[in-house]
Amino acid sequence: MGDSNSLILARQLTKRFGDLTAVDGIDFEVAKGEAFGFLGPNGAGKTSTMRMIGGVSPVTSGLLTIFGLDPAQHGPTIRARLGVVPQADTLDLELTVRENLIIYSRYFDLSWREGARRADELLEFVQLQERAKDKVDELSGGMKRRLTIARALINSPELLLLDEPTTGLDPQARHLVWDRLYRLKQRGVTLVLTTHYMDEAEQLCDRLVVMDKARIAAEGSPRELIDKFSTREVLELRFPIDEQPPLDGKLNDIAERIEVLPDRVLLYTGDGDEAIAAVHRRGLRPETALVRRSTLEDVFLRLTGRSLVD
Amino acid sequence: MALMAGTIHVVEYNALVFRRIWRGSIAVSFFTPLFFLAAMGIGLGSLVNRSSGGVNGVPYLDFLAPGLIAAACMQTGAVEATYPILAKIMWDKTYEAVLATPVTIADLLRGEVVWNTIRMCIVATMFWVVMFLFGVGHSLEALLAIPASILTGLAFATPIMAFTATRRNDSGFAAINRFIIIPLYLLGGTFFPIAKLPLALQAVAWATPLAHGVALTRGVVLGNLTSTEAVMHVLVPLAYFVAGLLIARALLLKRLAK
Repeated sequence: MGDSNSLILARQLTKRFGDLTAVDGIDFEVAKGEAFGFLGPNGAGKTSTMRMIGGVSPVTSGLLTIFGLDPAQHGPTIRARLGVVPQADTLDLELTVRENLIIYSRYFDLSWREGARRADELLEFVQLQERAKDKVDELSGGMKRRLTIARALINSPELLLLDEPTTGLDPQARHLVWDRLYRLKQRGVTLVLTTHYMDEAEQLCDRLVVMDKARIAAEGSPRELIDKFSTREVLELRFPIDEQPPLDGKLNDIAERIEVLPDRVLLYTGDGDEAIAAVHRRGLRPETALVRRSTLEDVFLRLTGRSLVD
Repeated sequence: MALMAGTIHVVEYNALVFRRIWRGSIAVSFFTPLFFLAAMGIGLGSLVNRSSGGVNGVPYLDFLAPGLIAAACMQTGAVEATYPILAKIMWDKTYEAVLATPVTIADLLRGEVVWNTIRMCIVATMFWVVMFLFGVGHSLEALLAIPASILTGLAFATPIMAFTATRRNDSGFAAINRFIIIPLYLLGGTFFPIAKLPLALQAVAWATPLAHGVALTRGVVLGNLTSTEAVMHVLVPLAYFVAGLLIARALLLKRLAK
């Protein structure tokens, strides 16, 4: 069993839909105040895990507690202390921006007055105060996402669950969402999020698990995972289209590890510039050669042999 | 959360949405019975009264008006149990958001049934007022037509909600209207006595909640119901309502808690 600081504890947590095993015996713990991420491609079991934590999807087998409570027994009590940002927006298109928040506060048994007060406060927090009286339909994708986050905060949750919080948003809208989530974290709200964006995981997560095919492939902080499963630097080589030369052997001892992708070759090495020089010395003429730091994408590639975003 | 709080919040949500359209909705609930009773009750009724001296010993308007209240509630109860519910299950996914709060699936179902009851109450009350203006049902017991017709509508609302919980698109709703609601509306005892139907169809009619709901509503307005009849006409729609509620609950759980 985990220590009493665990907000969420899962042991051999499993979810099956008929013959399909969506989550296959995973173990993890989330501590209070932490920002915890599930990183993985679509279909890895992230959303199923989130729905079980949210107390809406029954656990097939294994142990799961949230705030030390069993969701099968204490669903409403758990949900009263949670905020949920679902993958697809579930805002009410018939109501205005402000009404969406106020009516949601009622589901948590807040008074109309308190609901209105929090709605105004949260609209300011997500910078939508000027859109309070507009219909939800008129908002941009990024604004809808921010409104969904505001709605999830209406009950001042201790734990905020975010399922792919920025999927489909443009870069500017994503940064605004990240900024708000970072502020929440500073206020002590525990964040649990799923993402298939490595930069999002690196920006937001103190600790994460890499999920693949319903299982956890690795766990740690972004830094730890990169140190453990990748090298300090990566040299990316692109060759002219259809001219990627047969590399058999030619690059072998230049890098610790080599990944040949359809459009480029990745050389994992401690010193990228030295690797470029070595490549040239062997008579290879790549169209471009780029040295960058390792990211979680590289970790994922190493662990699963596939890229995150197909 | 207090037992009924979740239910009440679901009703509040519906009321908030309804607030945008309530004027139009109430106007329709008033003018529809007005036109119906003028055309069928007085226009057609004068022919019926002249040729046969009314129906079952009362003028045709008196026979028709209470039956129409029950039939109107059937239509409201049925429609409210289809498109709006499926929209919240799968098109707008409103229920997904609600179920992330302390509100439970049982709360949702109860709240929707209470809201449907309120909608039917508006329809039945407006209809009753129009009927009163036409000079039918000038007794205190005639007010019982309102709960009686609501019971009729509820007997359709919960079984149809159970059906809705299994739908992946809205094509089944047209079939329900075409093969259940409209035939019952026309043949289920509202416009002429069921005794005029062929024997086999009489048995079918009395197996449906509409025939009993119409008989109950008509009975309290005309004041000619025996207590045995009253009990039977209450129990049949009630059985449909309760069975529908239990099945709807099981099917909504299966649909929404996966």
